[in-house]
Amino acid sequence: MSNQNWFHVCSVQDMPHNGGVCVKYGEHQIALYYFTHRNEWYASQNLCPHKQQMALSRGMLGSQQGEPKVACPFHKKTFSLKDGHCLNDEACSSIKVYDVRVKGGEVYIDVKDMDQQAMVHAHRQETVSPNI
Amino acid sequence: MKVVVIGNGMVGQKFCEKLLSKGIPDLQLTVFGEETLAAYDRVHLSSYFAGKTVEDLTLQPVKWYEENGIDLRLGDPVQEVDRLKKNVTSFEGLSIAYDYLVFATGSAAFVPPIPGVDKHGVFVYRTIEDLNMIWRHAATAKTAVVIGGGLLGLEAAKACLDLGIKDTHVIEFAPRLMPRQIDEAGSEILIQKLKELDITTHTGKNTAAILGNETIKGMIFTDGTILSTDMLVISAGIKPRDELARACGLTVGPRGGIVVNDHMITNDEHIFAIGECALHNSMIYGLVAPGYEMADVVATQLAGAAKQFPGFDMSTKLKLIGIDVASFGDPFISGDEARTIVFRDNHRGIYKRINFSNDGKELLGGVLVGDAEAYNMLLQICKNKMALPPDPMDLIIKAKEGSADAGAGVVALPDDALICSCEGVTKSDICNAVTEQGCETVDAIKKCTKAATGCGGCAPMVKDIMVHTMKQQGKLVRNVLCEHFGYSRQELYDLVKLRDLHSFDEVLDTLGEGDGCETCRPAISSILASLWNELIVKKESATSQDTNDRFLANIQKGGTYSVVPRIPGGEITPDKLLVIAQVAKKYNLYTKITGGQRIDMFGAHLNDLPSIWEELIEAGFESGHAYGKSLRTVKSCVGSTWCRFGLHDSVSYAIRIEERYRGLRSPHKLKSAVSGCIRECAEAQSKDFGIIATEKGWNLYVCGNGGSKPQHALLLATDLDSETCIQYIDRFLMFYIKTADPLTRTATWLNKMDGGIDYLRNVVVHDSLGIGAELEREMQLLVDAYQCEWKNVVETPELRSQFTHFINAPKEKDPTVQFEAMRDQKKAATW
Repeated sequence: MSNQNWFHVCSVQDMPHNGGVCVKYGEHQIALYYFTHRNEWYASQNLCPHKQQMALSRGMLGSQQGEPKVACPFHKKTFSLKDGHCLNDEACSSIKVYDVRVKGGEVYIDVKDMDQQAMVHAHRQETVSPNI
Repeated sequence: MKVVVIGNGMVGQKFCEKLLSKGIPDLQLTVFGEETLAAYDRVHLSSYFAGKTVEDLTLQPVKWYEENGIDLRLGDPVQEVDRLKKNVTSFEGLSIAYDYLVFATGSAAFVPPIPGVDKHGVFVYRTIEDLNMIWRHAATAKTAVVIGGGLLGLEAAKACLDLGIKDTHVIEFAPRLMPRQIDEAGSEILIQKLKELDITTHTGKNTAAILGNETIKGMIFTDGTILSTDMLVISAGIKPRDELARACGLTVGPRGGIVVNDHMITNDEHIFAIGECALHNSMIYGLVAPGYEMADVVATQLAGAAKQFPGFDMSTKLKLIGIDVASFGDPFISGDEARTIVFRDNHRGIYKRINFSNDGKELLGGVLVGDAEAYNMLLQICKNKMALPPDPMDLIIKAKEGSADAGAGVVALPDDALICSCEGVTKSDICNAVTEQGCETVDAIKKCTKAATGCGGCAPMVKDIMVHTMKQQGKLVRNVLCEHFGYSRQELYDLVKLRDLHSFDEVLDTLGEGDGCETCRPAISSILASLWNELIVKKESATSQDTNDRFLANIQKGGTYSVVPRIPGGEITPDKLLVIAQVAKKYNLYTKITGGQRIDMFGAHLNDLPSIWEELIEAGFESGHAYGKSLRTVKSCVGSTWCRFGLHDSVSYAIRIEERYRGLRSPHKLKSAVSGCIRECAEAQSKDFGIIATEKGWNLYVCGNGGSKPQHALLLATDLDSETCIQYIDRFLMFYIKTADPLTRTATWLNKMDGGIDYLRNVVVHDSLGIGAELEREMQLLVDAYQCEWKNVVETPELRSQFTHFINAPKEKDPTVQFEAMRDQKKAATW
C-alpha cells in the first residue's frame, strides 16, 4: 500500500475490551474498536448514517455468520466492520472503514483518505450555543 | 392493455396489487378515487380512535402507486361512463379510454328514512372523514347512541368508548345482536359482556324519530319510549354504490348492486364489478375476504387465464370491543337436519355452539362468543369435511387447549386447506415456504407467502403449521436466544449459575459460539447481573451492556445523556430539590418531572456525567437506574399521613419497597406503585406489581403494564400484612427473573404462562413447586449485594476515565452536540 498515513491514537491498555472508543483527528471523529474476543482491530466513521448520530464508537460489537459487526446504540442498525455495509437494512447507507495497525503496544489508524474526504459531519454546525 | 378502476377502497387497491403481480405487458392502469386519501384499512377503522394514524391504516402509500406506474387520481370521482366509446370522464373533466373497466365503488352507509336524520350530531360510520367529524362532536358529548347491532354498529360503539363517552347505547331492530352471525343465546352473552363495558343494548327496537331542534337531543321509538342522547351514529347496514353503473345502463338488482356473473362480468363484457358494489347470485358480500377473491378473479382473467368466483363462505371471526365473536358454516341450522351441542358459561361470558350432521360425521357450522380460540380449527374441519372425534363435544370443551392439540390438529388438515382466506394461502403453500424457501419464522412466512398479512386471524395457525413442518424435517424448534446461543434465556440462567460463570466472554466460550451480538450481549449481561449483582461497568463487562447501562445514563437524541437520581416513593425534601436545581443550572440541563414521580435532567455531556453524579451523591442521592432493565420507581399516593381517605401509610411502604428492590436487574424494566386506599391514586393496577391498601392490610396485584399495549394487573393475594406482601413480591420477582424471555415484561410473561394467574398464584402463594424459600433466599442475596453504581464510578478513577468522548482528547466534549432553545430551556437539535 502506498502513501499510508498512520495516525497514533493511544496505547493498547487504554482500550476497552470488545468495544469501541472515539478518536479525534482534526475535525474528524473516528470510531476505533478492539474486538478482543477475535483479537482484531477495526476503525470506522463515528457517524451512524441512519439518523446522523455520532454514536458508533459506543455501539456493541458482535458477529453475524462470522462477519464482525457493530450495532449503533440508537436504533440497532448493524454494520460490517470489514467493508462497512449495513447488515440489517438494505436502504441504509454504508459506513467508511479504516485500517488499524498495532505496533509496540501502540495503536495507529490509517488516515490517508481523511483529508480528501468531505468532513463527515459537514451537515452540522460546529458550535454549541453555551447558554441555551 | 388499458384498465380503468373506479374506486380506491380496500378491494380496488387489492385489485391493483393482484393485477400488477400478473405481469401483463403494456399495462396502463388508471385508478379514480372519490376520497382524497389513498385506500386505507376500513376493517380496523375504530383503531383510529385508539391511537392509529391515517398512515398506519393506509394500505400502500401514494408513492407505491407512482412506483408501480399506476395513475392514481384521488378526490376525482368518475362522473360519466360512455360504454360505446369505451371511455370515462371524471369530475375534473379528465377523459380516459379503457379496454376494461372495473367498478370497485364499494358501498355507502345505509341511512334509514327516519325523520330528523339530518340534524346536527347524527353521523354515519364509514370513512376517515366521518370519523373526524365524530371525533370533533364527541368532545362535548356525554351520551352516544348507535343504530345497528351488527358488525359495524358494534365497531362504532367501540369507537364511542374509545372517545371517552361513558354512556353508550346500541339500538338493534332485530330481536338479537349480529343477527346474520350469531343466535339468540350467543347474543345474550354478548349483551351481558357489553353491559360490563357500560354499553347498553336495546334489541327489538325501532326508531320513530330523532328529537331536538338543530342538534340531536334524543330519540323516540315506535313503542313510545324516549332516549336522550348527544350524538347518534347510524350503522344500520350498507347500500351498494351503483348510481354510476345505473346511469350508464348496467343492470342493477332490485335492491341495489351491480349484477355480475361468476366471472364478475356485468351485462357489458368489458366491464367488471367487484367488492361491495357487486351483486353476485343475489348476494352482496359485506366482508373484505370475498372482495379480495373477486379482485383476484378479475385480475386472473385479464391476464388471460380462466377463473370463476364460486361464492364465498361467510364464516368470520372478529374481536369486537375485546370480545371474540365467530361464526362459521351454517350457524343456525337446527331441527331435523342437524344436531347441536351448546356450551354456555354465563359466569365467564362464553358461549359455543356447534351443529353437526345427524350421523355425527360432519361439522355443519357453529357460533363462538367470548372464546374463539377453536375457530380456525373448527372452520377447517367444517370446510374440509374432516372426520369428527367420537364425542364432538370435545371440539368445544377441552380441559386445556394446549399447543400439542393445535399441532395435532394441523396435521390432519388436507394440503389444499385454505389457511389465510384474505390472501388465498393454502396449507401446502406454507409447508413449501418452510421446506423449499427455508422460512423458519412467522415473519419470513408472511414475507414469502403474504399469509397472515391481511386480518392476521390465521397467524396462530400459520405458526402451528410452520412448527409442525419444521419438526417433520427433523429441525429442532427451540426458543433460542440468537445465532450464538442454542439455549433459551431460562436455560442460560440455570447454566450460568450452575457453571458459576461471571463474564460475557466466559459464558460465550463455555456455552455459545461466535462472537456475540447486540441481542445476546445485553441478555447475558442481564442474567449475570440478576445472578451475582456485581458491578456492571467493570472493564470486562462494560462493553457487553446496552449503551445506557455502559454509561449508566439514558442516551438521548444528539448523543447526550439524561440523569435520573432515585427519589423513593416520590418523596423529596426541599433541600434535595435545591441540589437538583443547582446541578441542573451548573451543567445546563433541561429538567422534566417524569411519570414515575422523579426528576429527569437531560442534555448532559458524557464527560460531565461523573462530576454531576459526584455532586448528587454528595447531597445524598443515589442512582435511579432509569437506564437499566431493572426496578424503576415505586410510585405512591400521599397516604394516611395527610390524606383524609388514606387507610395506611402508602409513602412509607413505597419507600421500603423501592429501597428493597433498587438496582435489581431483570429481563425487562419493573415498575411498581402503592396506593393508600381503593381510590388508587398511584395507579398500582397498571404496574408490574402494585399494592393497594385495604381495611385489613394490602392487596397485591401483579403483571400490569402501561406502554403500547396496556394491561391491568391481576389480583394475586388479598389482605396481606406488610411482611407477607414483601415475601410474595420476593417470590414473584425471582420467579419472573428466572423464567422470562429477554425483554419480556411481566404482563407478556404471564400471558404466555400455561395456567395463567392461577398457576402463578399456586407457585407464589401456595408454593406448589416447593421453591418459595429458595426464591426468597436468592432475592435476599441480591438485596444484600446492592451498591450504588454511580458511587462506585465516582470513587474509582479508572472507571471514571471511561466517561470521555475522545480517547485521545479526554477533556474535549463532542463538538457536534447541538441544542435549540424552547420555552426557556433547551432541547436536542432535530435530526
